[in-house]
Amino acid sequence: MKILVCISKTPDTTAKISFTQNNTKFSSDGVQWIINPYDEWYALVRAIELKEKDPSTVLHLVTVGLADTEPIIRKALAIGGDEAIRVNADSADPFYIAAQIADVARQGGYDLIFTGKETIDYNGSSIGGMVAELMDWPYIPLAVKFELNGTVATVVRETEGGEETDEATLPLLVSCQKGVAEQRIPNMKGIMSARTKPLKVVEPVAAETLTSIVSFELPPAKAGVKLIPADNPAELIRLLHEEAKVF
Amino acid sequence: MSVLIFIDHSEGQVKKVSLEALSYGAALAGQLGVSAEGILLGTVGMDLSTLGRFGAKKIHQAAQEGLNHLDAQVYAKIIADAVTATGATVVIFPNNFSGKAVAPRVAARLKAGLVSGAVALPDTANGFVVKKTVFSGKAFAHVALNTPLKVIALNPNSYPIREGEGSGSAEVVALSVTATAPKVKVVSATQATGEVPLTEAELVVSGGRGLKGPENWGIIEDLAKALGAATACSRPVADSGWRPHHEHVGQTGIAIAPNLYIAIGISGAIQHLAGVNRSKVIVVINKDPEAPFFKAADYGIVGDAFEVVPKMTEAVKKLKG
Repeated sequence: MKILVCISKTPDTTAKISFTQNNTKFSSDGVQWIINPYDEWYALVRAIELKEKDPSTVLHLVTVGLADTEPIIRKALAIGGDEAIRVNADSADPFYIAAQIADVARQGGYDLIFTGKETIDYNGSSIGGMVAELMDWPYIPLAVKFELNGTVATVVRETEGGEETDEATLPLLVSCQKGVAEQRIPNMKGIMSARTKPLKVVEPVAAETLTSIVSFELPPAKAGVKLIPADNPAELIRLLHEEAKVF
Repeated sequence: MSVLIFIDHSEGQVKKVSLEALSYGAALAGQLGVSAEGILLGTVGMDLSTLGRFGAKKIHQAAQEGLNHLDAQVYAKIIADAVTATGATVVIFPNNFSGKAVAPRVAARLKAGLVSGAVALPDTANGFVVKKTVFSGKAFAHVALNTPLKVIALNPNSYPIREGEGSGSAEVVALSVTATAPKVKVVSATQATGEVPLTEAELVVSGGRGLKGPENWGIIEDLAKALGAATACSRPVADSGWRPHHEHVGQTGIAIAPNLYIAIGISGAIQHLAGVNRSKVIVVINKDPEAPFFKAADYGIVGDAFEVVPKMTEAVKKLKG
């Protein structure tokens, strides 16, 4: 059994977002970088749990990024996993990234691929579906529960206002969100062993870049809050109805 | 040449997000001087020609009951084939659970540039540039699609439904497909009935830790019921199990953009704001005047939720008679 978990580097959830170079580049000034929370808390931890249950499982991590991604991938290895692969490329185009991951996945002969449900920077929710299509694999997005019995996976996924239980035979790609696992903090033993775990750097395969970011924009600032006295909530309702006209 | 719009449906009903996507697709088709056409896989309990009211000239339908349940792999193949057969140059999906499952597969299959989370019509004056949310709602990016075929997934509640701009009646065309057997088997599905899905809701009442416990949620539910609103909550509330996970809005929950978001007893951490700051009007009820949420709000009351909220409910009831 071989599992591949996709890891992405993102700004910390509390990071203040700003841009430079005439709003064409994300400003990394003072930004803390973290493992994309969905990749770390759910995809990676669930994969580690599967390996704990069946120690013969081989667990690899993959990331697409330049050398500055290495602290993030080491941190992921400190939580768990046998080795990591870094594709030495930088891109914001989901197809380009998916093409790199699909190539790593084909070469590694994996049975199961996990991604987070989306990255908290570009929020595309698209890498999983694209990799699955490029591999011609089934894809179950937005999983809240994942169980494996031999080669059959039972996955509960979120749907609009409901849930669905799916069953699929491996190989399979699943995007994970809250519910699949619980966040783990790396311990000292994990941190020490991560230093010596293999981190393979591979050069990207040729792939097209289908999209490009022209510029960024911050939302307009709010004009300021209109405060209504606490003893007159009816006035608030009147304003919402007559002034804001929201109902 | 056409703009092809994916019409998502469940339980025999065309979803509201699909009408938004149709309206958006029709406006884009007008902008490009081509026709807007819908594609629907499966069967629904309505006359599809009436979707012409939203500007669609044709609706391609594969009327097989076996397709009523969405399988991303099966759907992607059928839609990609239809794109090729109809000569569409832009494909529109609603960016809901269905769109997130299918759009990336279609884009990868056809090597089409994809922008997911679009919030406005493309700028076609110079290339093809689409505005989308990034950094979990803290910013927007303008993304250029550099391929002849383009795929756009439109965020819910981001484009108004426009009725009556088209000819009124769409031609329904049968789409013949050889459906392949799905590799994913659906064992069971549960649907909260009678509730508006949070991502589609126009009015949302949301509660935070300030409510002190799940037993106090009655005041939230009463106000929501009076308004006809959906209910939501902050992350600590979902983490404590006071409310179900699918109600959690914020950076690591779901992002919403209703017309009205009422935050009760929520301080407004940056992660929470990220998920709700595209709401058109934000109301904050909090007893702490220093709560950061007031800075992001349009209206606010500094006061005790347990006293203020029931009075708001009463006022709504009175107003609605």
